[in-house]
Formats: sequence, C-alpha cells, structure tokens
Amino acid sequence: MSASTITISPVTRIEGHAKITIQVDAKGLVKDARFHVNEFRGFEKFCEGRLMWEMGGITSRICGICPTSHLITSAKAGDAILAVAVPQTAQKLRRLITLAQWIQSHALSFFHLSSPDFLLGWDADPATRNIFGLVAHDKEFARRGIRLRKFGQEIIEVLGSRRIHTPWAVAGGVREPFDPAQKQHLLGWIPEAKETAVIALDALKKIHLKLQGDIPNFGNFRSLFVGLVADDGALEYYDGALRIMDGAGNIIADKIDPTRYHEYFGEATEDWSYLKFPYYRPFGYPKGMYRVGPLARVNICDYIDTPMAEAERKLFKAIAGDAGAVNNSFYFHYARLIEILFAVEKVEALLNDPDILGTNVRAKASINQPRGVGACEAPRGTLFHEYEVNSDGILEKVNLVIATAQNNLAMNRTVRQLAMQYLDGTKVTEGILNRIEAGIRCFDPCLSCSTHAIGAMALHLQVVDEEHRLLWDVRR
Amino acid sequence: MKPKVATVWLGGCSGCHMSFLDLDERLIELAEKMELVFSPIADIKEFPRDVDVTLVEGAVANVEHEEFAHIIRRNSRSVVSFGDCAVTGNVTAMRNAIDTEDVLHRSYVELADINPRIPREYPTIAELMPQARPLHEFITVDAYIHGCPPTAEQIWSAVSELLQGRMPALSHVYLRYG
Repeated sequence: MSASTITISPVTRIEGHAKITIQVDAKGLVKDARFHVNEFRGFEKFCEGRLMWEMGGITSRICGICPTSHLITSAKAGDAILAVAVPQTAQKLRRLITLAQWIQSHALSFFHLSSPDFLLGWDADPATRNIFGLVAHDKEFARRGIRLRKFGQEIIEVLGSRRIHTPWAVAGGVREPFDPAQKQHLLGWIPEAKETAVIALDALKKIHLKLQGDIPNFGNFRSLFVGLVADDGALEYYDGALRIMDGAGNIIADKIDPTRYHEYFGEATEDWSYLKFPYYRPFGYPKGMYRVGPLARVNICDYIDTPMAEAERKLFKAIAGDAGAVNNSFYFHYARLIEILFAVEKVEALLNDPDILGTNVRAKASINQPRGVGACEAPRGTLFHEYEVNSDGILEKVNLVIATAQNNLAMNRTVRQLAMQYLDGTKVTEGILNRIEAGIRCFDPCLSCSTHAIGAMALHLQVVDEEHRLLWDVRR
Repeated sequence: MKPKVATVWLGGCSGCHMSFLDLDERLIELAEKMELVFSPIADIKEFPRDVDVTLVEGAVANVEHEEFAHIIRRNSRSVVSFGDCAVTGNVTAMRNAIDTEDVLHRSYVELADINPRIPREYPTIAELMPQARPLHEFITVDAYIHGCPPTAEQIWSAVSELLQGRMPALSHVYLRYG
C-alpha cells in the first residue's frame, strides 16, 4: 500500500468551512492530521481608514453567529478611546445582550449542530444527520432547541431592533434604552428556557454514558486554559481580568489586565491554514497551546454566582478529580450547557434589576486616547479588538484576536488524536470520519469569525496498494 | 416528491444562514415541505445532481468559490443570490480597493511573530481572487434576496414561492440593502 492523504472536505455542521487532511504512511498508519481553514476576508486591513464609529457595524459582519460579541467588544474598544465611564444602565444592558448571545449561540451548537451525532448516532445516514433529521427523530427535543435559540435572538431583537447585525451598542454606551413594555414578555420565557437547559443536561448525561468508549479519545490532553474571570473569581462574560490555568489546575497567571493581552499571547502563521495559531508567549510555540471558551471558563472560575449552574459546576469539577482540571475536549459540550443555564438564570436576574430601566445610556465624548482595547467573553472564548486612531477617530491600525483561533493548536491536536485512534490502516468508514469531525465540533469553531472558509470538494477517499488494487473506497 | 433544496455558503459571514434558522418553529413546518440535500448545517459532502433550488450566501472571493459556483449552476434548476454579499459583494468586497498581497501581509506577516509569512499551500487552502465579486458575474442567477442579512420574513416569503415553483419577485417591501 502506498502513502496517501485522506481529505474530509468540507467539515460540516460547524460554523464555517474547513478541511481535515490525514496523512497515512505505506503501512496504513496515521502520521499526521491537520485542520485547515480555507478562506480569508481581510478585516484587519480594509478597516484602516474607516471611522472608529463604524466599527461596530463592520465587525459584526465578521460573523453572523456572534455578531453581538463583536459589537460589544468593538464598543468597549471605543469606550477606551473616548476615555469615558459608561453609564451603569448601559453596562447592564450590554451584559444582557451578551448573555442573550451566549444562549442563542450555545443552543445552536448543541441542538442544531452536535445533537444529531448524539441522538441519531455517529454512524447514522449522513443524509439525516442534521436539524431536519432531528425534527423527524424527536420533534419535541428539536422544537425545544429551536425555541431556546429563539429566546436568545428575541432578547437581542428587543434591545437592538434586529436579530442579526444590530448596531445598537456604541462607544460610550448603547443607542436605545430598554423598552419596559418588553420586560414581562421576556420574563415569560424564563421557566421554559430553564427547563430546556435542564433537559439538555440530562440528555448529555445519558449520551455520556452511551459514549464511554469514544469519549477518552476526544481531544483528551493537558493544555493551558485562558479566559476572563470576575474580580472575586466568579464566571465572567463581559468584563473582568484574564486568568491562565495549566492542565493540572494550577493558576499560573491571574488578574491580568486584558488590554495587555499581547504581552502574554503571540500569533504564529502556518502555510497550510488561513487560521493563525495564537500561543502563550512564556511557553513559546507550539508549547504554549491553550484552550478558550466554555471548557476553559468553567475550569478557571472559582464559582458561578447563580444556584442551578453552580450546582452543575460542582459536578463538572468532580470529573477532573485529582487531575485538577477537566482536560477532555468532549466536556466542552457539558460546560456549554452549564453556561446556558447560567445565562438564563442571569438574564432573569438582570430583567428584574430596576437599573436596566434607566434612560441615561450613553456617555458622549470626542477622541481622547490614540489606542483602545476591548475584550469580552464571546461564546467561543475571549475576544479582543484593538484600534489605533488619529485625532479625528480614523483608524490607523486594527488587530482582532478571535476566540476560535485561540483553540487552533488544540483543534489540530484533537484531530490528530482521533485519527490515530480510529484509523488503523485496515478500515475507514464514514462513521469514523464523522467521529473525527465531531472532535472539531466539540470546540464549536466559528470560522466565519476567524477567517471563514469553504471546501467545495466532495469527500472521496481511495487508498490503493502498490499494484493499484483498491483497498478502501469511501464516498459521501 | 418534496422539492430538493440546497444552501451554500461562499465568502460571507453566515449571517444569512443564521437568519434562515431565525425561521424558528417554521423550520419544523419546512422539514415536511422540502428536503435539505446539501448545506453547511447538514452532512452531505458532494453537491448533488438535480437540486430544485439552491440558495447561495456570500460573494465569490477565491478560486474554489468560482469552481463551486459552476457546479451549483449545472446541478440546480434555480439559483438564488441569498443576501447582500452574493447580490453585490457587500462587506466581503470591502477589500477590493486594496492589493490582495497587502491585505494578506497585514494579517499574516505584520500581525504574526512566529513564521510570519502569507499562507500559500494551494490547493489545500484556496487562493484568493484579486477581488470578491457578486455571484451573477460568474453564473446566471434566477432570483435575488436582499439584506444583510435578509430577515426571516423575507426568507419565508421567498422560500414559500420557490417551493411552489415560482420565482420570488423583487417586491419593494423587501428591496433594501443592509
């Protein structure tokens, strides 16, 4: 048998397009596997010369899944350039929309994109492994997921007048106050949303028992974990300081001002992907691999300040046991569902907070600082926007460090681990290739954010021996 | 036979696909009226033959998009430009006034400290075209849905027409950009 390359393209049911290539040697053993991101749009260049005030509207178009996270992060970079104190009402409303973004994005990841694997099975007919297949399989479960996402989107629409690409948050605050008439309507969603989060957690626990054979291979390795935590160590999503934990659960750096992110994190380029490879500078490249997002956040926080999510966090921590941190990427799914529960509880608390009804929602000023950094926890991890402007607010430099890119080293490691585990040189099935893709889905990568890609080639793999006899033939 | 529908995502942000998901419970209704045969949210890897309607999000921005646009056209009875990037190039085309090398240089050389260089392992990754262009410059497009993204209402109206074999008209109600 000759050496060959297996290509999975496009990787589907992730928010973006990518390819996986697996290099197989002459004995059929996996030598290497790579996760390639295949497109590039160039925001960091074409935003030069634009007005700082436009950046919320432009950068939300980086990604249709988490436009609100870009909007908020852009507004925070703008706050720093204006050097203003954002009114408390606006801060709380920005928190509310950030939580809504978590709910809709996490619901999409679990129900629409990943649960077809869990409920229909890795080896189910690929034609049915999608949200419509899920509707046919379990209409009630699918309806719950669709409605949970809808709840998140409705909060965004109530605040920002539209669900996708709202320009509502601006440097200094937000454009419009909260409409008090909507409070009861949104509160009316809370019981159903909590119930759905609990149903999803129960479903995942059953899936977890069923998949005991597969789970140990799902990106199970030590890495650093990075994210924002609140001053008192609580799970944070809008503000706070950076904390860095190692794979044994030791906090190795804490209370880092996020505006100093580039002192701690560098970026590498590889020839074979448009997605860069951020790394933790003190450990170098690629040893400074780190993970961000739900798994990191639930690992690094000291507690969650809502009761139902905190009870789940304790169960999550028990998985780590003596290891100190939960290192298996499969538990991204668990952490994501804990965060949905947290976000729903927190939305309820914010809706009942009279401060959100204030009408002073925007501090106005002209350009007071030449540079501003915004940071926030997007659904997939810490997001940084850095702008340098001239005295008229025209952008001279833009740097965007996106959550998904920060998981790039770990996603590649996961793909390699799964390929080596499942491909033994004698067989390759569609179900096995789907498991390798499912490894990527744990991270819920949002590749439109990072660059965005498509692979148009079908998956068609043939492996032949030296006499060109067909050994494997897989097509979908 | 239920109509076969494909959705494709070229150079864009996926916001149009997310707006499609904003149909919410109407997705359950759609599941009974159509068959989703190819989509970023489904698992079929090869674009099928005999697709009735294909919605295309995004501009044509790299060489793979262009190849793929022709495959879509050959295999689809109707092709719809789905959202402003497919219709006009929109945000994806904001790089068009700048030399492609300069755009790539900013991200992969200036903003990288290890291996600063422009990724060029073609065709593992796709080579950018000098400009991102609207879909109809490459293939014949049968209908257009405007918006960045189009609203769920617009999508519902257009898809309802398409599933009955009619072309959605450019109604003034929905003829808006942004």
